[in-house]
Amino acid sequence: MNRSVAITGIGVVAPGGVGKKAFWDLLVSGRTATRTISFFDPSRFRSQVAAEVDFDPQRSGLSPREARRLDRAAQFAVVSARECMADSGLEFVELDPHRTGVSIGSAVGGTTGLEREYLVLSDSGRLWEVDSDYVSPHLFDAFVPSSLAAEVAWTVGAEGPATVVSTGCTSGLDSVGYARDLIAEGTVDVMIAGAADTPISPIAVSCFDAIKATTPRNDDPEHASRPFDRTRNGFVLAEGAAMFVLEELEHARARGAHVYGVIGGYATRCNAYHMTGLRPDGHEMAEAIRHSLDQARLNPDLVDYVNAHGSGTKQNDRHETAAFKETLGQHAYEVPISSIKSMVGHSLGAIGSIEIAACALAMENGAVPPTANLHEPDPECDLDYVPNEAREHGVDAVLSVGSGFGGFQSAMVITREETTR
Amino acid sequence: MTLATPAAQETPERTGRPTAVITGIGVAAPNGLGTEQWWQSTLQGTSGIGPVVDYDASRYPSRLVGRIDGFEAAEHIPGRLLPQTDRVTRLALVAGAEALADADADPAELAEQDGYGEYGCGVVTSNATGGFEFTHREIRKLWTQGPQQVSVYESFAWFYAVNTGQLSIRHKLRGPSGVLVSEQAGGLDAIGQSRRTLRQGVKLSLTGGMDSSLDPWGLVSHLASGRLSRSDDPATAYLPFDTRAAGQVPGEGGAMLVLEEETAARARGARVYGEIAGYAATFSPRPGSGRPPGLERAARLALADSGLGVEDVDVVFADAAGLPTADDEEAAALRALFGPYGVPVTAPKTLTGRLFGGGAPLDVAAALLALRDGVIPPTAGIDRPVPEHRLDLVRGTPRHTPLRTALVLARGHGGFNAAVVVRSPEAA
Amino acid sequence: MTITLDDLVLVLTECAGADDDVTLTGQNLDVPFTDLGYDSLALLETAALMKQRFAVDLTDEEVTGIETPREFLDRVNHAAAQAA
Repeated sequence: MNRSVAITGIGVVAPGGVGKKAFWDLLVSGRTATRTISFFDPSRFRSQVAAEVDFDPQRSGLSPREARRLDRAAQFAVVSARECMADSGLEFVELDPHRTGVSIGSAVGGTTGLEREYLVLSDSGRLWEVDSDYVSPHLFDAFVPSSLAAEVAWTVGAEGPATVVSTGCTSGLDSVGYARDLIAEGTVDVMIAGAADTPISPIAVSCFDAIKATTPRNDDPEHASRPFDRTRNGFVLAEGAAMFVLEELEHARARGAHVYGVIGGYATRCNAYHMTGLRPDGHEMAEAIRHSLDQARLNPDLVDYVNAHGSGTKQNDRHETAAFKETLGQHAYEVPISSIKSMVGHSLGAIGSIEIAACALAMENGAVPPTANLHEPDPECDLDYVPNEAREHGVDAVLSVGSGFGGFQSAMVITREETTR
Repeated sequence: MTLATPAAQETPERTGRPTAVITGIGVAAPNGLGTEQWWQSTLQGTSGIGPVVDYDASRYPSRLVGRIDGFEAAEHIPGRLLPQTDRVTRLALVAGAEALADADADPAELAEQDGYGEYGCGVVTSNATGGFEFTHREIRKLWTQGPQQVSVYESFAWFYAVNTGQLSIRHKLRGPSGVLVSEQAGGLDAIGQSRRTLRQGVKLSLTGGMDSSLDPWGLVSHLASGRLSRSDDPATAYLPFDTRAAGQVPGEGGAMLVLEEETAARARGARVYGEIAGYAATFSPRPGSGRPPGLERAARLALADSGLGVEDVDVVFADAAGLPTADDEEAAALRALFGPYGVPVTAPKTLTGRLFGGGAPLDVAAALLALRDGVIPPTAGIDRPVPEHRLDLVRGTPRHTPLRTALVLARGHGGFNAAVVVRSPEAA
Repeated sequence: MTITLDDLVLVLTECAGADDDVTLTGQNLDVPFTDLGYDSLALLETAALMKQRFAVDLTDEEVTGIETPREFLDRVNHAAAQAA
């Protein structure tokens, strides 16, 4: 079997706004949600900026009990899962639990909760043999990231396959790709798929400090994330979540659901080169792009928008620019390409799903979000990165890519169901 | 171009889809580092469970672990990899290398051959707790010495994708790869996903799972589950299906397996242990929902996927929680599937403790060797099986009998269920 | 105080591990680190440990600009002299 897979619901918790509408409004405004870290005193750290979510659990619909019980990443996952269910209209439909699954991406799972528990149990690091007397029952849920998938499965009543996909910074693309494959092969009809990560914690900030991957542009946090700009000097750490209802296309049509788009292709490859380094040629990403386009049977010239990984590190920007040129040819110079990380930062495992949400909303709204803070293009990045201002542009087919530690390179193609191939 | 064209990728019907065979096994287990040593221990009933020895655990209510003693990473992996790897990744690298050597497969060489190409080999693993001890050291440095003391390697030594990433680099595995976490069911999900990549044109996929988080912070995090045994007796601490069942023992390790598309494996003359004939995963509803748990359904779906029936199953490798309610549930599922005493059931993990992402792949390795040798390894320590379970539990000593098909079950905390059907090469 | 080749070898080995095939000696001081099997992370880690051990602080740009062991020693000794 090779069934078509539709996106019929979207839920987003992103810096700058909770909910898909607030998210899209931010993206088309070209404003940024990056700021000086407020969750803890960042003064000891090299990079002191982040894209934080102003998140009120109760205003977002969580019960006091849920707010107390769930780690921040799980809160994001549950809130965005409820939004995508409501958006798809599925909450009023009798789902077959056995034919409904869950696939959640996360790079670092319950980091924030783990670190908080650690400080209590270790007496702020004093004890190597940490104290077990004050252990919280919630520690185990932070310890094992699959609790994210369990929470979402419980929330939506899914009893099909459930898992967490944890491939670092491509997790959010790969979790949706995994879900798409399960529906396409006939294992399930509906998947709640997406990703959540809340890594803005001292340990995560310091490990990216150590490898100088995050930006030290602390004096200008609003303009700190500058993908494809000559002056960029690292990514801005972020948090967030996005969830989707994916449905077998006929299943969606039968209930008259709104279809945002169809996941025509998805592929992932490894560079087998270095845990953090990228070769400038971008061959593995190009291979993933080629296979995604082939699966979608989409001529590269018909790609209307490319959502770049665009993390704002020099090696990434050049790596993917090379991959776009290799796969799209002359069209690479003509198609609008942008990085929303310029506005919402890089939320590690979550961003791949947040970017898919941006792609689906671009198709929906006939506009492409800009790359903010792009004033002095890197001469080696010579494509159209939609600098600073959103652009009205009909979008029938999008390509979204991701690249992550461990060497993972992933690509996804989303088209309208009626797109001529 | 190296992978199958899109047209060839379609119609993965049972008849048309590639057969996935296991051609290599690598093991790192508390009762044996290396497949042969572990398998001998498993048949002889040699346990790897013991008290924590590398720090003072006397303050903790649970002090038993399944630890791989005497593991000297420097004897097995290049010195350049030591500063950047946690113990779990070193174990994964050792088992991964053993599995590939056992399969007599060098992915870098295969990439040069027709039909493989640069992207013809991949790696899919499961891991539930990351590079935990490494992170414990680094987070302690952060909070006692300051952020500047945190290692550059913390950025990737911790995360759940580290084993797949390092194995990919070490063995030049560049095809479709991944990492799945479903607590203790994830190892079977990884094998299922690895098999799925064969349908996408991959010829060889290194798969399995590995976990290690037995440092003090890791042990306390395990304790937080509320499921650990408080016994100090290694022989009776973890007793699934026994009237004395009172908890689990956490362990470290797992298994890596070389999964190949059968035609490609035969073409290069590989020895075949068996076929991954079926796989399925389900999720159990929240307790109290009134709906039944999903383990039985996972087994039925995996059997349906394999085209076999319950009557074909010769042995079940049980999840064997060691917690009375969960044991009752699994026994009920087995009775519903096979009838009372309907099939031999075993749990060799009673000799290792529960290995999280690594446990179920180790059970798949045990199933493959059981089929090869015609012997069911025993469940250790069970003197007083719960009579109501009505299970044909293989206890005490190995049972010698011809075997063609094994069912491996796994459950993960929260409600994850997975099942794999393993078929001997003669039967396949 | 001068930071010697032996100091560098010790720190480098601690930060990036040892390799039977390649040993840093006075003979290959001008061979690029990449050819000796040391990547950019190894140099960042080495620079961080140098800072702890010898109180020499190299800027990010200095570290990323270093290509050979000789350059590394020159940089850290220059920084040490300035700090003194």
